[in-house]
Amino acid sequence: MTRTYELVYVIRPDATEQQVADLHSQVEQILGRTNGTIVPKSEAQQAFGGRRKLAYEIGHHKEGIYVLEVINGSGEVVRELDRRLKVTEGLLRHLIVRVDEDQIKAERARTKRKAESVRRRLARGLPAERQPGEGPQQDDSDDSNDFDSVEAEA
Amino acid sequence: MAPMGRGRSGGPGGGRGRGGDDKKGDGKMGQRRGLFRRRKVCKFCADKIDDINYKDVKLLSGFVPERGKVLPRRISGTCAKHQRVLRIAIVRARQLALLPYASD
Repeated sequence: MTRTYELVYVIRPDATEQQVADLHSQVEQILGRTNGTIVPKSEAQQAFGGRRKLAYEIGHHKEGIYVLEVINGSGEVVRELDRRLKVTEGLLRHLIVRVDEDQIKAERARTKRKAESVRRRLARGLPAERQPGEGPQQDDSDDSNDFDSVEAEA
Repeated sequence: MAPMGRGRSGGPGGGRGRGGDDKKGDGKMGQRRGLFRRRKVCKFCADKIDDINYKDVKLLSGFVPERGKVLPRRISGTCAKHQRVLRIAIVRARQLALLPYASD
């Protein structure tokens, strides 16, 4: 049974690039042994990772290096990963969360909403898709227009 | 007092749900009801946010007031379904020190 999990770990702020890379390869090793795979990093993932201020101090550290990995694998993978991460030095925190079910749920909600909107639009005799320039104007576009005019006057 | 009481402090009686219910008919409550109050809508329903994610600190921090607690539904107006998911997201974010357990 393969499932999708998200793994986030927080590394001490004084860790070097090398140490961060080492941890990553360590995770890969564990996955290799337990038949798990790492999903290639997306842009959103990259954006989440990196140095961040901690909301509270952990062992006198005020910052941490966050790394987010997406993993495919079974529950075995998670158990082993969790066990190893718990005893890994230099880690402040880690969290493994199953995400596939939530993603499916979110997807279902989106398609349901879409279908409902199409149904209502057709019932009103409109084309299924929203046409450009239809309905209330977007707030920000209004704002930017105001800005333009103000600047033009000044 | 009235505009402040509307906020998180709740004012007298605001913090106790049961007390408020009992006083529904009496003068003080009646006065407060008379004030114009904006109808609260669930942010997640209105903005069509399908997954409430623990990584989205910007979104979550709007539901975590100064003190670090989860903003109750009666104040934020979040619907029951989304409040449940929101709570889990906040708890996860706390574990990773993205949000505080307590502050001040």
